[in-house]
Amino acid sequence: MNRSLHLFAGIIGSFALSCYALVLLPQQQLGGLQPQIAEDEGKIVDIYPVKNVSHEEGRAIYQSEGCFYCHSQQVRDEQNGTDLARGWGVRRTVARDYIFEKTPVLGSMRIGPDLANVGSPKWRNENEGEYATYKPKKRDASWHLLHLYAPRTVIKSSNMPPYRYLFETKKISGQRSVDALDLTGPDAPEPGYEVVPKPEATKLVAYLLSLDKSHPLKEVKGSAPEVAAK
Amino acid sequence: MTAAALAPTPTTAPAPAAPSAVQVQAAERAAIDASASGPVLFFFGSAILWLLLATVLGFISSVQLHSPGFLADCPIFTYGRILPAYNNALAYGWATLSGMGVAIWLLARLCRVQIKIPAVLVTGAIFWQAGLTLGIGQILAGKTTGVEGLEIPGSAAVLMLVGYMLVGLWGALLFGYRRQAPAYISVWYVVAALFWFPWTFGLAHLSIQLPGVTGVVQSLVAAWATQNFLHVFITAIGLATAYYLIPKVINRPVHSYHLASTGFWAFILFSGLTGAVRLSGGPLPVWLVTLSIAATILLIVQIATVSANLLLTMDGQYHMVYHSPTIRFTVFGVLSFTIASVVGVLASLRSFDRLLHFTFFQSAQTHLLLYAFFSMVMFGAIYYILPRLVGCEWLSSTMIRWHFLAVAYGAGTLIVSLAVGGIASGAALADPGMIFSQVIEDGVRYHIGATLGWVMLALGHVIFAFHFLLMLFRIGQPGGEPTLFAPIGEEKH
Repeated sequence: MNRSLHLFAGIIGSFALSCYALVLLPQQQLGGLQPQIAEDEGKIVDIYPVKNVSHEEGRAIYQSEGCFYCHSQQVRDEQNGTDLARGWGVRRTVARDYIFEKTPVLGSMRIGPDLANVGSPKWRNENEGEYATYKPKKRDASWHLLHLYAPRTVIKSSNMPPYRYLFETKKISGQRSVDALDLTGPDAPEPGYEVVPKPEATKLVAYLLSLDKSHPLKEVKGSAPEVAAK
Repeated sequence: MTAAALAPTPTTAPAPAAPSAVQVQAAERAAIDASASGPVLFFFGSAILWLLLATVLGFISSVQLHSPGFLADCPIFTYGRILPAYNNALAYGWATLSGMGVAIWLLARLCRVQIKIPAVLVTGAIFWQAGLTLGIGQILAGKTTGVEGLEIPGSAAVLMLVGYMLVGLWGALLFGYRRQAPAYISVWYVVAALFWFPWTFGLAHLSIQLPGVTGVVQSLVAAWATQNFLHVFITAIGLATAYYLIPKVINRPVHSYHLASTGFWAFILFSGLTGAVRLSGGPLPVWLVTLSIAATILLIVQIATVSANLLLTMDGQYHMVYHSPTIRFTVFGVLSFTIASVVGVLASLRSFDRLLHFTFFQSAQTHLLLYAFFSMVMFGAIYYILPRLVGCEWLSSTMIRWHFLAVAYGAGTLIVSLAVGGIASGAALADPGMIFSQVIEDGVRYHIGATLGWVMLALGHVIFAFHFLLMLFRIGQPGGEPTLFAPIGEEKH
């Protein structure tokens, strides 16, 4: 009997330790994280991150289509990889970046590039400087829509599946829609037809364009002297 | 390959006890098996159906990695839904159900208790699978929680947990009413597994509902739950089974009780602290990842003691892998456990992790543990247990041989492809001058290898499922002598 008491004590105790160290303690340390606020003479001049609910629907599509099984949303520092040198961010991401995300999509795999800052105009996935081979295109909404519909028209070696079901092919009645995709070659619809994004695609792209975790934070060294000085 | 000992080895027990005592023990075992037969067969049968589903899903997801357009126009088959459906079908369908079936049978046998009201276990398995079916359906319909590793929505997870609790409770009762003291090593591991799982699963799913858990803590909870599932629950049941099967089939006691004890305590203490390695390099406080790396390194104590103990028990009896299907599968599994664990320790180190994180190397590690270790041990266990439940022996040693060849080479091809592909892309990405999309394009060839592995696995699983079906209809060899690859004492290449 004594021996099975030891067994139970060990099993319960080890679970309690695991739960305490990896769940309760981190929650205690990180659960209360607040946005970074910069004040100037008592007035709030800067606040980050900002709670933004307008992209929740797009984010839900990002999750339901499982984008995060191929795209991470976390930038590592120079000691832990080449994320920064690749242009996926200007600083590493930290816990404070995610405080307003109930279920953050950090991702564990990179079959595609990291998207933590894909909405930032500085984001790139091509080489520049000494390695540059071609000039990166501007990634705006129409670029993203085209890329979702037919990835290989934009990046010829892309390994991303096409998301045609987020679009519909319609007969052009009167004038061509403003948001119709500029498709050429085999992907182009029949004459008289056009491919337009469904609301899901538009929301998903709006969410992607909202992704930007490059705001300077005081806990990230070298990210922003002007804020860090506060 | 022909190094097996020629000496005829007696495998039947020398029977030190009086014949009447032996007969009494045999009758008791038969009664226990009869009481366990219904639920355990139900667990195994459903587990194999889930394995077949997982095979289809795994194959599709593998093809999509080299042909991204494959089935892409149908939302339910998009890679981002197929992959989590595959992971859940394999982990919570095949692995958990087969593991629970083996665990319940081991507890009944080792505690020497007959199972009362076996319908409770069957009900538990039905609830579990109803929840899992609903959950996977929701994943395919795009209604996931969006948390990697905990994709199954809350309502389905509750059904699963209710089902689990029925099984877990019956397991606890078997232990409570045990007539065999002290408890054997396998019982320690099974009891630990049965206790850890519901708490981890329940707390992790609860955290998704709690508004106070947000941000990276939520990701950490998911990583913790995934790690506990694989490295505590699954590993514990796999080791419990190996600790039972190896001594039983070769008919000698475990090499060392002290090694077993040390290994168990190291396992239970350190395994649960390793979860944060899944987020190594990520946006977490550094101490968390450091703690998990340290715990992973300390697990060397368990890896060394368990591997040494099981392999030393086999010492001098390795020729049994030529004869006994159970031993062939189980020894393959134990060797995979050792490799998976050593690779796990190395890969957790920061200098390796920075290269291999976010690559298919991690997928290779998961398959090494969940398939090459756990699933192979489960196959071995089912080959051992089933004849005792249905009263006849497996029909064809050729089918078992083909099953082994297909899944051993299939798993090997899959895991090596993923691992080499992961190392290649990780090494390439370490150079910032390498264009990302180029590295991904170069990696496509390894997924063709992985798909080839899946074809072999599928072949093996179909053979196994067919053989299992024959056993359910009592189509097999007459009971008594196990179906061996070759009679013991005869040389077989």
